[in-house]
Amino acid sequence: MFWYIARRLLQAIPVVLGSTLLIYAMVFLQPGDPIRALFGERGAPDAVVEQLRNQYNLDQPFLIQWLLFLKGAIVGDLGQSFSGRPVADMIGEAFPVTVQLAMMALVFEAVLGVIAGTVAGLRKGKLFDSSMLVTSLVVIAVPIFVFGFLLQLVFGVKLDWFPATVGGNASFYNLLLPAIVLGSVSFAYVLRLTRTSVARNMSADHVRTARAKGLTEGLVVRRHVLRNSLIPTVTFLGADLGALMAGAIVTEGIFNIPGIGNLVFRAIVLGESPTVVSVVTVMVLVYVVTSLIVDILYAWLDPRIRYA
Amino acid sequence: MPDRSDRPHLPGQERFVAPLEETRLAAVDSLDLEEAPESQWRETWKLLRRSPLFIVSMILLAGVVVIVIAPGLFTNSDPRLCVTGRSLDGPSSGHPFGFDRQGCDVWSRTLYGARASVAVGVLTTALVALVGGFTGAVAGYAEGWVDSLLSRISDIFFAIPLVLAAIVMLSAINNIWPDREFWGGVTVVVLALALFGWPQVMRIMRGSVLEVKNLEFVDAARAIGASSMTNLARHVVPNALAPVIVTATVSLGIFIVAEATLSFLGLGLPPTVISWGNDISNAQSQVRAGTDLRVLFVPSTFLALTVLTFILLGDAIRDALDPKARER
Repeated sequence: MFWYIARRLLQAIPVVLGSTLLIYAMVFLQPGDPIRALFGERGAPDAVVEQLRNQYNLDQPFLIQWLLFLKGAIVGDLGQSFSGRPVADMIGEAFPVTVQLAMMALVFEAVLGVIAGTVAGLRKGKLFDSSMLVTSLVVIAVPIFVFGFLLQLVFGVKLDWFPATVGGNASFYNLLLPAIVLGSVSFAYVLRLTRTSVARNMSADHVRTARAKGLTEGLVVRRHVLRNSLIPTVTFLGADLGALMAGAIVTEGIFNIPGIGNLVFRAIVLGESPTVVSVVTVMVLVYVVTSLIVDILYAWLDPRIRYA
Repeated sequence: MPDRSDRPHLPGQERFVAPLEETRLAAVDSLDLEEAPESQWRETWKLLRRSPLFIVSMILLAGVVVIVIAPGLFTNSDPRLCVTGRSLDGPSSGHPFGFDRQGCDVWSRTLYGARASVAVGVLTTALVALVGGFTGAVAGYAEGWVDSLLSRISDIFFAIPLVLAAIVMLSAINNIWPDREFWGGVTVVVLALALFGWPQVMRIMRGSVLEVKNLEFVDAARAIGASSMTNLARHVVPNALAPVIVTATVSLGIFIVAEATLSFLGLGLPPTVISWGNDISNAQSQVRAGTDLRVLFVPSTFLALTVLTFILLGDAIRDALDPKARER
């Protein structure tokens, strides 16, 4: 197991390097000068521009910039934003907010999705199943920014049950509505995955055996159906944490949440490469770590899978 | 074999033999061994024709196609003719959903907006299926260092979240090429989505090829001397395509949503192009300012119905292709 984890982490190194290089290339290859753009119409003295370009390593060739960024990143220095704040500090502030939001969304979609999916799978073709299926299709088909906007309008503005925008105060209660919006599409996927696999497992041989040996229906479902049915769901949920953090760009925009989605979007528009690349690197790391955890969870859920 | 039927047995051990008609043996007996079995595709098509899900999604798809080809059939008003004098006018004859704040016909804009959204979905899916399918087939069939190299490259693109990567790329292109028209705008969005969308298809194709290539009929083809290219193209790929087709159908809908999301963020199609994403984005700021919900409702509903069409179609095809699901 140790060697398996070590090998997986080694394999992740080229992925992280490659994706930062890719993003760096896309941010860097834009024409125009982000420093001059900062000064707007009136322009700035050449000496100041030169000094700033030097400070942000913008006068170096592209590959050197990337290597300088990596060199800094290893010791925790992610560079500075154009407004002079260390990027590491900005991410340090924004990251916990997005993690909280994404975790709340994940819990919401996992708990409700698995419960609703299991009940629907056990009663395939009945009223509850059909209504859940229709709900999930509607949730998937309506874009998240429309869904989020409507919930904000109804529950935030008209009914005033939740704050319409979060602003600086990212408490559990304030993030509840955004988390439901963020997790809604994945909730539909979790529901559909669980439903299909529960329904399939209900007619599996081992479940028939469990029934034949006289287990109660509750025990059959909990011990023999659910555990097997959860394997695809767990895979999905693990891969989803990264997707939720990326999806936060839209949700955080709608509800004005000071998370990394908002941070990276502003940085992209400004062409602030250190911030963009740092945030993307963080997201790639989240993806790498969660997919490793998922693979380890696999082995726990399905003892037939062994890693050497 | 001794006949066991007259052997004495203990009480409670009486054997029960089902009548032949109740078992599936009769169906097996009636098979004609001389007749060639039906091809997988013909069998799938037979199942699809009978599936209500497939029929519903085909009707919806026909509607989408007609609107994309000839939006003028359903409206006489010009989507670009926006008159401020008509701003926020309610529904009237010929304008079933009235006008938005700029005085544009909501219904007409929604119908004409289908083109851009569907074009992005179809072209992105085609590109992703082509690139992902090809690399996946090569990686799965070749194995060894070719597989490792292609897989690591796809990992790099897969690790960056799709919408985030597309935002970065599109904001870069916006600076290089700011005033794009319809096809320029569509091409750029398609390239951005496809560049980071192909690894998913590649992974599915690779897994499917790995499974198929060890089956007996592939060995048989190799044994009678088929070259490895012939083998891959004639025997492995056609039998490995099923999961890719299902994924591609569903992802067509997902790409349409992604385009709308990018346009919503102001980075997708240029604002001069009529598209659902742009219209929804405009409608939201209008609704915030107090306009009636119908300006948001019409384009959102059409977008959702189109996405729904492809999800249902994907479901129908998967059910038809999956022999396990058939039995129930």
